[in-house]
Amino acid sequence: MIPLSWYLLFAAALFCIGLFGVLSRKNAVAILMGIELMLNAVNVNLIAFWRYLAPAGIAGQAFAIMVFAVAAAEVAVGLALIISVYRRRDTVAADEIDMLKW
Amino acid sequence: MDPLQIIFFIFAVITLVAAFLVVTAKSLVHSALWLILALFGVAVLYVLLDAGFFAAAQVLIYIGAIAILFIFAVMLTRKDLRDAGSQQNGTWPLAAVLAVVLFAGLFFILSSWSSFGMPKPDMPAGANALSDLGLALVSANAYLLPFELASVLLVAAMIGAIYVSLIKK
Amino acid sequence: MATETLIWLLPLPPILAFFLIVLFTNRSKWFSHTIAVGAALLSWLGSMIVFIRAVQTEHLGQHPFESSIPWLATGDTFLKIGVLVDPLAAVTLFFVAWTVLMIFIYSVGYNNFGQPKGDHDKPGLPPHGATATDNQGHNHAVLSIEPMYSRFFAFIGLFAFGMYTLVVSDNLLTLFVGWEIMGLCSYLLIGFWFQKPSARAAAIKAFITTRVGDVFMLLGVAYLYSETNTLSFREIFTPENLIRLAEKPSVLPILGLSTAGLIGVLLFIGTIGKSAQWPLHVWLPDAMEGPTPVSAMIHAATMVSAGVYMVIRMFPLLSAGMENGQLTAAMQLMAVIGSFTALFAATIAVAQNDIKRVLAYSTISQLGFMIAALGIGAYVAAAFHLVTHAFFKALLFLGSGSVIHGMEHGVLHTGNHHVDPQDMYNMGGLRKKMPVTFWTFLIGGFALSGFPLVTAGFWSKDEILADAFGHHHWVVFGTLALAALLTAFYTMRQITLTFLGEPRTEEARHAHETPWTMLLPLVVLAVFAVTFGWVGIPEDFMGLRLPPNWFHEFVGGTLLEHPEKLTFNWLPLLTSLFVALGGLSLGWVVYIKVKAGMGDPLAKPLGRVYGWMKNKWYHDQVYDTLFIKPAYWISEQFTYLFMDRKVIDGFLHLFARLTPWIGKGLREKIDLPVINGVIGDGSARVTQYFGRRLKFVQTGKVQQYMLAALVFTFATLVYFLFTLRP
Repeated sequence: MIPLSWYLLFAAALFCIGLFGVLSRKNAVAILMGIELMLNAVNVNLIAFWRYLAPAGIAGQAFAIMVFAVAAAEVAVGLALIISVYRRRDTVAADEIDMLKW
Repeated sequence: MDPLQIIFFIFAVITLVAAFLVVTAKSLVHSALWLILALFGVAVLYVLLDAGFFAAAQVLIYIGAIAILFIFAVMLTRKDLRDAGSQQNGTWPLAAVLAVVLFAGLFFILSSWSSFGMPKPDMPAGANALSDLGLALVSANAYLLPFELASVLLVAAMIGAIYVSLIKK
Repeated sequence: MATETLIWLLPLPPILAFFLIVLFTNRSKWFSHTIAVGAALLSWLGSMIVFIRAVQTEHLGQHPFESSIPWLATGDTFLKIGVLVDPLAAVTLFFVAWTVLMIFIYSVGYNNFGQPKGDHDKPGLPPHGATATDNQGHNHAVLSIEPMYSRFFAFIGLFAFGMYTLVVSDNLLTLFVGWEIMGLCSYLLIGFWFQKPSARAAAIKAFITTRVGDVFMLLGVAYLYSETNTLSFREIFTPENLIRLAEKPSVLPILGLSTAGLIGVLLFIGTIGKSAQWPLHVWLPDAMEGPTPVSAMIHAATMVSAGVYMVIRMFPLLSAGMENGQLTAAMQLMAVIGSFTALFAATIAVAQNDIKRVLAYSTISQLGFMIAALGIGAYVAAAFHLVTHAFFKALLFLGSGSVIHGMEHGVLHTGNHHVDPQDMYNMGGLRKKMPVTFWTFLIGGFALSGFPLVTAGFWSKDEILADAFGHHHWVVFGTLALAALLTAFYTMRQITLTFLGEPRTEEARHAHETPWTMLLPLVVLAVFAVTFGWVGIPEDFMGLRLPPNWFHEFVGGTLLEHPEKLTFNWLPLLTSLFVALGGLSLGWVVYIKVKAGMGDPLAKPLGRVYGWMKNKWYHDQVYDTLFIKPAYWISEQFTYLFMDRKVIDGFLHLFARLTPWIGKGLREKIDLPVINGVIGDGSARVTQYFGRRLKFVQTGKVQQYMLAALVFTFATLVYFLFTLRP
């Protein structure tokens, strides 16, 4: 029997790894990959909670579906933006996209 | 240890290692490929959670669309065919510390929750999760509105993405 | 309409005329004079109705027409104002109404209505002539219309209002109001031609001089009010009041005056000012600067008569305490001043060359007669002379205006503007050119001189002399008789120089009779000058048995005790005849021989005395030294230079220096260093300092922002977790 805690810890670890990726990678696309990992961790959490706490309900599933859709939309737009920035400034390093500064 | 636990353990480790490699790989293409592996691993876990539909959706959407999109993006944003230098920025130690602290904190908080070690309950008799989900998504009393809004969101994202990346003459 | 209501309405038409002209019809000459004459006509009509009803009332003195309203609340009681027509007021109304109406009609012609606008006429100067072209293309200089035509009628309307108010009022307060309104109007009208410096000066002189009298009169009124707590005549003149006032010593026990005496003296001083008695007579001759209708109205018929009217009205008070014919102090003062003024002014009149000046001094002299009469207790005689004098003096003034207009025709004809049309030595022989003027002027002059039997002046003057003689006031009798002699003399002098003989200048030769609007009033007034005397013929005149003296019966009823009738005595009558006829003939004899270029025949024989007479006994110069120059000195040196400039301005300059000093100090010590420096600039500098150093936090790198956010969030979270854990 797999206790809930295993799933939750797994999701937490995945989330933290994703967070690490977001905060420490130079390349903007890599940052988006980190965000994908975080979103997946969230989904795992949702499904796990659904299965363990309210398997008769729909709420968990519906929410997870929404996360799927949102993640997809967000990746599309984010990558479009990165491509657009790349065309403009010829770089995708997050460190070099710093015009909104002092 | 019963077989399910072993399967869980193996695939959890695979996923976590793959995730770690995603965020530390020097080559972006490698990163993308490791990402595909990690997403697979999550799909397997969905199966373990009796959410078969979600596993399928995961593979189709994430791997089939999003990961491919990532690969396209990597290709389109390369200056030359080599990735130069370290892929971590200057503040990566602090980020690592932060990640660890967060994990520790989450563990800490969750472990004081009463249902933390709860075993999996049985599925309710006669419940068909998938058809329930389907019905809920088209029922006006349930999740019809979010469903429709999600489709609107996708359309908007699509238009937005196209617009943003248009090359204007 | 009830008589009382009618009496209330009498002063209304003229004041309405004043406002209508001032507000609306100022531009239209025809409307202005029509409104004014119409108003005078309405008041005249009302006055006649009141007079007729008054005459028909038995014992009007005891039951006069009266009506009053409570006006001013004074504690528990009310100060009442109202109207009163007793016999005295009735006869005064009679002559006021007639003379006012005549003067208004005369003014239309005097101001040259219908004539063209002058060539160089400006408002504020007398009209100077216009050029009219006749149908053969010849240019003639003609009289021009007065530029300020409507203004004139507005002012005389206001003036008439003042006089009517004074005559019908039943209390000293509204009497004083009318008195002061007339004073104002006399200022406005004497200074009518305000661009002339002499007119302006004369207006101020008139106002200030009468003001001196008015101040004392007001003191008297206030004193009276404080003693009797009322200002209504009927309430003051109760026997109890009069006895009490006569016995109570006054607050100023000078000369042992009783309260009644002091009040009487104070009130009389008002009359000295208003009726131009010595020593406050100096304004009246200068007041001839005004247009002639003004002189007639104000200084002959109405305003100066108001002064005499007031003392006649106050006679019960003035004579309170009179025992067995012993004159009270106030009456003695009046007798002295009146007779002195009568003689004094007559002497000056003898030596004047300006036709109007002679009449001015004549007025002063005749007023002296009336005052003297009242002073010796001849109540009815004074009132009688008041009425007759109004008629013939107005006639004489209007006649002189006619003469002057005629002379101006001549001046315009010859074009020699250096000739004074008012100087009698430039006239002569005008009886041929201006017959109506001549005959009416003659009648007026004879009335003034007291020509026997057929003129009103004779009857009234004779009554005064008879009263003086009969009550054994010899000094008064002699002085007045001498004054009457001089009066006849200078009157005949005037008539001879003006009308008789031959013209002495070209201008006189080309003189011209004046239009009917000026002649009609002359004729009407001449009729009264002849006939009015006959209502006052004493019963036992010359030993005949004639009908009772209506005037004496009627006016005498005003007083509580009917004045006694004098028994006829031949001596005063003979004196009257002698002085009148003698003076007239003497005047004719001396002056008929005066030809052009000759001086006054009296100049050499009288020598230096003639000079004193001609120069008005140097009163103006004396007053100048005694009062005017010191007043100027005080105002210039003391008030202006010292008080105003040094003291008050110095004080203000001190503030002016102090304030910038304080301001500078505040600015330099507090404003700049503290507020600008510390608060303003200081906070800016501190902010800048921190800003410059802190801005580097914004690196623009998103990941660094996120790191910072997460670090702080976790730190807070950790903190709360550790502090909240049980």
